[in-house]
Amino acid sequence: MESVIEIQHLSKSFGNHEVLTDIDFSVQKGEVVCVIGSSGSGKSTLLRCINLLEKPSGGKIIYRGENILDDRHDIHSYRKKLGMVFQQFNLFNNHNVLNNCVVGQVKVLKRSKEEAEKTALKYLKVVGMDQYVNAKPKQLSGGQKQRVAIARALSMEPDVMLFDEPTSALDPEMVGEVLKVMKELAGTGLTMLIVTHEMEFAKEVSDRVVFMDKGVIAEEGAPEQIFNNPKEERTKEFLKRTLK
Amino acid sequence: MNLEWVITIISNNWPMFIRGAGMTLLISIVGTILGAIIGLLAGVIRTIPLPERKGKRIILKVVNILLSMYIEFFRGTPMIVQAMVIYYGSALAFGVNMDLLTAAIFIVSINTGAYMAEIVRGGVISIEKGQFEAAQAIGMNHIQTMWNVILPQVIRNILPATGNQFIINIKDTSVLNVIGVTELYFQTKSVAGNNFRYFESFFVACVLYFIMTYAVTLILRYFERKLDGPENYSMIGQPAQITLPKNNNNRQ
Ligand SMILES: Nc1ncnc2c1ncn2[C@@H]1O[C@H](COP(=O)(O)OP(=O)(O)OP(=O)(O)O)[C@@H](O)[C@H]1O
Ligand SMILES: [Mg+2]
Repeated sequence: MESVIEIQHLSKSFGNHEVLTDIDFSVQKGEVVCVIGSSGSGKSTLLRCINLLEKPSGGKIIYRGENILDDRHDIHSYRKKLGMVFQQFNLFNNHNVLNNCVVGQVKVLKRSKEEAEKTALKYLKVVGMDQYVNAKPKQLSGGQKQRVAIARALSMEPDVMLFDEPTSALDPEMVGEVLKVMKELAGTGLTMLIVTHEMEFAKEVSDRVVFMDKGVIAEEGAPEQIFNNPKEERTKEFLKRTLK
Repeated sequence: MNLEWVITIISNNWPMFIRGAGMTLLISIVGTILGAIIGLLAGVIRTIPLPERKGKRIILKVVNILLSMYIEFFRGTPMIVQAMVIYYGSALAFGVNMDLLTAAIFIVSINTGAYMAEIVRGGVISIEKGQFEAAQAIGMNHIQTMWNVILPQVIRNILPATGNQFIINIKDTSVLNVIGVTELYFQTKSVAGNNFRYFESFFVACVLYFIMTYAVTLILRYFERKLDGPENYSMIGQPAQITLPKNNNNRQ
């Protein structure tokens, strides 16, 4: 299999606080990987290191055969190949729904406005938000915002989508609509790396589950194995605590 | 107060009042616009994150120090004194007599710029981090992020403060009479000097100042509302068209 992103010996410290230690891990093309683990274990930091919102302290991130942590690598052209969905949505407040999905395509990918709008509408339809093109972010519910945020990322037609707890900031009744969209996406062969606390969802959609604990990958494997037959003691404990 | 005198003063001197008010408006409009541009540039430069590379880092630090010297100096001294220093200083230093209007606009712009720089910096800082991160995450560089995402929000947020600055400028251009700029205060002084009716003459000036500042307030409010767009949005291609039940007594 062809790996989209390969991480080698990645580490990250904030000051003298080492948050990630020697992470080795890769995402294969078309794979859906869920990252689980307790709060503070470094899941968000891992995701943010992958798209360089945090600068890793050490290690390599290999993308298309190149280490993008090399100084001469253009991080902007790397980032546009990764879609990111944030816990807090982070829609551009000054743009309406359509422009949220268009502006990146036009400014970064240099697509024409017509093409960008066509692409945006296509993905807004995928997330069921195509009727809201004129709405401003502040006029939407949390679930709607997050679906637009997903469409915005998809509109860039990235190689891999990163999700950082996309449903954690949502009211319970809106979690379902976002997870449904993500399940559909998982079914289309999109490469996805998802940090989540939704265990049922992880069990259902992932090809592989990664369990993180205190800055290291403690265990990874197929969802059936991780959830039904965890090998590591700390995985068992974590699951016992969260699944009960 | 003698209303007759007010009417006489207006009918005898209205061209001077109008020219004075016109000059005041011209200086404060141009000064506020140029000042806002200076403030935007300075404020944006002061919020650039320090780059990793050493060379760029040092350049940015030096620029930041110069900018904060500029801001602190002009915020920390009265405009009336700056007017004297700049106008007479330029004559001394370069042997040129600055054109009065140029000097006036220069002084107001540079002053406004110093205040606006801080307002803009505050505006940029107050934008949530997520806005920057989302823009970077789709591959925008710093300039694209600022231009397409951050500045439009900053400008919207600083509009009230800019309007405030505009109003302050309308009033404060009056200090430029010390270098002989023929703005409203200067003109009123001449009028009063001729007729010795100080109270009535300045009463007219007072009303004119208020009309100008209040008009600016109203215009800016209108702009703000316009920028905010409609309260509601319209759904596109909504499947459920609301059809009213057929009514027998059709009123057409
Ligand atoms: N900018 C930062 N500066 C300092 N420490 C940080 C920073 N960001 C994260 N940390 C620390 O790094 C550790 C890992 O944080 P991270 O957000 O990656 O955890 P997480 O697994 O995503 O947790 P959660 O499930 O609560 O989101 C925490 O101890 C946190 O305090
Ligand atoms: Mg997190």
